[in-house]
Amino acid sequence: MAIQVQEQPFYGLTPAKVGIWWFLASEIMLFGGFIASFVVFRLGATGWAEAARHLNVTIGIVNTLILLTSSLTIVLALAAIQRGDEAALRRFLGLTILLGCAFLGFKVIEYTGELRAGYAPWTGTFWSFYYAMTGLHALHVLGGIVVNVVLLVTTEWRRRSPHRIEVAGLYWHFVDIVWIFLFPLLYLA
Amino acid sequence: MSPLPQSGMSAPHAAGHGEAGFWRAYVFSTDHKTIAKQYLAWGLFWTVVGGLLTVPMRWQLAWPGSDVPGWGVVGASEYNVLVTMHGTIMVFFVAMPILLGAFGNFLIPLMVGARDMAFPRLNMLSIWVFGLASLVLLVSFFVPGGAASAGWTGYPPLSGKVEYTGSNWGLTLWLLAHALEFAAFLMGGVNFLTTALTLRAPGMTLMRMPLAVWHQLAATLIFLLSVGPLIAGAVMLLLDRLIGTRFYVPGSGGDPLLWQHLFWFFGHPEVYVLLLPPVGFVCEVLPVFSRKPIFGYRWILWATGGVVGLSFIVWAHHMFVSGMDPRLAMPFSISTILISVPVAWVLFAMIATLWRGSISFETPMLFALGFIAMFVFGGLTGIFNGSAPVDIYLRGTYFVVAHFHYTLFSSTVFGAFAGFYYWFPKMFGRMLSEPLGKLHFWLTVVFFNLTFFLMHNIGLAGMARRTADPRPFEMLQPHQWINEWATVASFLLLAAQIPFVVNVIRSLVAGAPAPVNPWQASTLEWSVASPPPHLNWGEALPVVERGPYEYSVPGESQDWLPQRRPLATGA
Amino acid sequence: MVNWMRWFPENVSTYGGDVDSVFALIYWVGLVWFVITLGTFGVFLVLYRRRQGRRAFYITGEPLRQATWILVPIAVVLLLDLWIDWRGAPAWAKVKGQSPPAELTIQVTGRQFVWEVVYPGPDGKFGTGDDRQFSNEIHVPVGRPVRLVLKAGDVVHSLFAPNLRFKQDMVPGRLTGGWFEATKPGKYELLCAELCGISHSLMNGWLYVHPPEEYQAWVKQQWPAARAAAERSPR
Repeated sequence: MAIQVQEQPFYGLTPAKVGIWWFLASEIMLFGGFIASFVVFRLGATGWAEAARHLNVTIGIVNTLILLTSSLTIVLALAAIQRGDEAALRRFLGLTILLGCAFLGFKVIEYTGELRAGYAPWTGTFWSFYYAMTGLHALHVLGGIVVNVVLLVTTEWRRRSPHRIEVAGLYWHFVDIVWIFLFPLLYLA
Repeated sequence: MSPLPQSGMSAPHAAGHGEAGFWRAYVFSTDHKTIAKQYLAWGLFWTVVGGLLTVPMRWQLAWPGSDVPGWGVVGASEYNVLVTMHGTIMVFFVAMPILLGAFGNFLIPLMVGARDMAFPRLNMLSIWVFGLASLVLLVSFFVPGGAASAGWTGYPPLSGKVEYTGSNWGLTLWLLAHALEFAAFLMGGVNFLTTALTLRAPGMTLMRMPLAVWHQLAATLIFLLSVGPLIAGAVMLLLDRLIGTRFYVPGSGGDPLLWQHLFWFFGHPEVYVLLLPPVGFVCEVLPVFSRKPIFGYRWILWATGGVVGLSFIVWAHHMFVSGMDPRLAMPFSISTILISVPVAWVLFAMIATLWRGSISFETPMLFALGFIAMFVFGGLTGIFNGSAPVDIYLRGTYFVVAHFHYTLFSSTVFGAFAGFYYWFPKMFGRMLSEPLGKLHFWLTVVFFNLTFFLMHNIGLAGMARRTADPRPFEMLQPHQWINEWATVASFLLLAAQIPFVVNVIRSLVAGAPAPVNPWQASTLEWSVASPPPHLNWGEALPVVERGPYEYSVPGESQDWLPQRRPLATGA
Repeated sequence: MVNWMRWFPENVSTYGGDVDSVFALIYWVGLVWFVITLGTFGVFLVLYRRRQGRRAFYITGEPLRQATWILVPIAVVLLLDLWIDWRGAPAWAKVKGQSPPAELTIQVTGRQFVWEVVYPGPDGKFGTGDDRQFSNEIHVPVGRPVRLVLKAGDVVHSLFAPNLRFKQDMVPGRLTGGWFEATKPGKYELLCAELCGISHSLMNGWLYVHPPEEYQAWVKQQWPAARAAAERSPR
C-alpha cells in the first residue's frame, strides 16, 4: 500500500536546490542592502579612505585566499561523495571546516587589533559599516561551518546524500562570493 | 548515484500518521493544513488586539482629554504607542500571517496537487518562529518605558535614541519581533516557491495553476527580494540603539535618510505583498460565482508580473519632501503612476469576468465584489499621492491615512473575507450561515465607508497624521465633527464583526457538515473531502487534464469541469 | 463632501494655484474613471444576475480580439497617467526645483517641540549680533519671496503651512529649504507633519503675513537700532 510520492525536478533541479537558490536570493538582497548603503555613503563621505587605511590588508588577503580555497575543498568533497569515496569526503569536508575556522580566527585577531587601537563600531560611520558587514558575514560563515560539521559527523547515509553536500556547497560558495565583494569595498577602496 | 531524497515523505513517516497524538497532530504538526490554521489563529488573535487598540485612539481624537471607559485619559505618549502598534500589528501580525501564512499554506499544496509543502519541517519551524515573534511583541507592551512609539515606520533619530521617545526595551523588542517575523516569512517563502515549482501533480502545468497560487507566488517573490535591505536597515538601527554605532546619527557620518530609503525599499513592495494574495482569492471567487472563466488568465499574469517589477522602483514616493534630492521626485512620480496600469488591468479583467456571466451573490462573492468597488476608489486616491507636487500637500495628512485604509482594508479585509467564506467549508468541514454572512458584509461595507471616507476631507483640511490631540489646531476645529463621526463609525465597524465571530463559532460547533464541493468549483481542492485528510490525496495523486476555470463550457451538460481527471471508481 | 477642492484651506501662495490645479486635474480624471468603472460594474451585476434558463457565456478573454476590451481602456489610462505627470512636472519644478531671489531669508529649526525661527536681522547675515530668535511664529511681508533654511535639532520634523501649500521635512545633519511668496495678509497656521515624539501635536505655530507698512512696523519694533538705516534705503 505504497503512497505515491511525488517529486518533479524543476528543469533538473531538486526541491532542495530550488529552495536554496530562493534563500540565497533573499540573502543577496540582505547583503546587497548593506553594500549599496555602504557604496552610497562612501561616495559622499570624507575621511573614509583614511579610516579604511587602518584595516589590515594582509589579513584581508589571507582570509580571501582561505575562503577561496575552502570553496575548492567543498567542491572536491562533493566530487568525492559522488564517486562514493567516503574517506575523501571526510577529508575535504574537514578541510573546509578547518579553513572556515581559520577565517573566523583571523577575523578575531583583526577585531581585537582594531579595538585595541581604538577603532570600535561607534568610532564613526565607516567603522559601523565595517563591523556590521564583516560581523554579519562572519555569522554566516559560522552557520556554514555548523552545517558542514553536522554533515561531517553524521553517519546516516540519508542525511549525508550528495544532494545535501551540493546544497551546503552552494551556500558556502555564496558566503565566499559575499566576501569577494566585501574585501575590495572595505579594504581596498 | 543515490536516489533523490524524499522531502520528508518516507514510507515509515507516512504510515504513522493515522494515529498521531494530540501534540503531534495539533501542536508539533508538519501538515500544511494544520500550520495554516495555526497562522490563522495567531492572525485572528492579533486582529482583536490591533482592532481594540483603535478604540482609545479614536476616542481620544473624537473627545480629546476625556476618560476612555476602562482605560483612562489617553496621554500623548500612549497615543503614539497606540498608533505605532496598530500599524505594526495590522501589517505584520494580521495581514501577513492570514493572507500568506494561513491561506498560502492551506491552498498552495492543495491547488497544485501536492501532498504537503516541499519542506514540511521548515514550515513547522516558521510558525514557531512566528509564534516567538508574537510573544516578543506582546512582551514589548509591558516593559518599562512602554512599547514602541515612533510610528510603524520607526524613523530615526526618533527611534534611534531612547530619550527621544522614552521607549527603551519596547522599541528594541519591536525591532527583534520584526526580525523574527521576517525570518518566519522567509522560511515560508522558500517553501511556497519551491513547492509550486517542484511538487505539482502530473498534468498541472504552470499555465494550469489557479491564479490564487500565482498571486501567492508573486507576493512571496516580492517579499523575498525586498525584505533584505530592511533587515540590513533594522540591524543598523538595533546596533545604533544598543552599542552606539553611527549609521543614522548625523555628525559622525550617519544619515537618517538612509533608514527611509531602506525602509521604503521594502515598505512599498510590502503593500503589494499584502494586495496580491487577496487579488488571487477574488480571481478564484469571481469565476465560481459567475460560472465563467476569469477574463484573460495570461494577461492577468503579465499584469501581475508588471506589478511585481514596478513595485521595486517606486519607493521614494514616500520621500518626496524628505530632503532627498528634488530631482528624484519626477522619476519616482512617473514610475508610481505607471503602476496604476497593471493594477487597473487586473481590476478591469475582474469586471470583465462578470460580463455575460450568471452571477449569484453568496457571501464570498459579496466580499469579492466589495473588494473591487473599494479598491478602485482606494487606487484612484493613490494617484493624488503619487504626483509629487500634490504630495507636497498631502504627505503626512489624513488623506494618506484614508488612501491606505481604502486600499489595505479592501484587500486585506474584504479580499480576505472573500477567501475565508469561500474556503471555510474546505478548511473546517462545516458550512457557514449565509444570512449571518450577508449581514456581516453589509454592516462592514457601510461602516467601513462611514469611518474612512471623510478622512480624505479632514486630511485636505490640514489634519496631520499621528495627531494625538486635535485641540491645538484652530483650522481643524470646524471639522472636529468628522473626528467624532469617524470614531462612532469605527466602533460600529468593530461591532459589525460580531456576526462573523458568532457565525464561525456556531459553525465550528454545530454547523452543517460541508460537502466535498459546495460551490461546484473546478480547482483541485474541491475534489477531496472537507477537510482534506493528511497527505491530501489518498493513494494516488490527482492527474490534471485542464485549466482551472472551465465553467459553462459549450456542449457540456454541467456548467463546470473539474481540473482533475475523474477517478475510475466513480468518485 | 464630494467636492474635495472646497476642503483645502484658503490658498495664499503664488504657487498654491499650481499645486491645486494638478490636484483638480487628478480629481476630475479620477472621478470620471470612477463613475465609468463602477457604473459598468454595477450594470453588469444587474444585467447578469443568475436567472433560470440562462447560462453564462464561455469567454476566456485570452484572444487579442477579446483582450482589446481591456487593452483600449488601459491605453487611455496610460495616456492620462502620463498627462497628469506632464502637468505635474512644472508645478514641482516651480516649488522645489528652484527658488527665486529673495531679500528675506529665515532659518527655522525644528526641535522637540518648538519651531525656532531665526531672522538674520538688518545685516542680512546669520550668526551675527543682530540675529533674533522667535518661537513658533514667522513674520513675513506680503507679496515678497521669502527663502527658508530648514534644520532639525534632534529628530526629523516637517514644517507644514497648509495655506501656502508648503511642506518640507527637516533632517538632522543636513540643510533643507524652500521658498514661498504670500499673496494675502493674515494669520495662518503652521504644524509639524512628521511624527517627532510625545508632543508632536503641540508643535503648531503661526505665520503672520503683513501688509508692507505693518511689516515695516514689526521690523522696527524688533530691530529699533536699525530704524534709521531702514528709513534711508527704499524698500
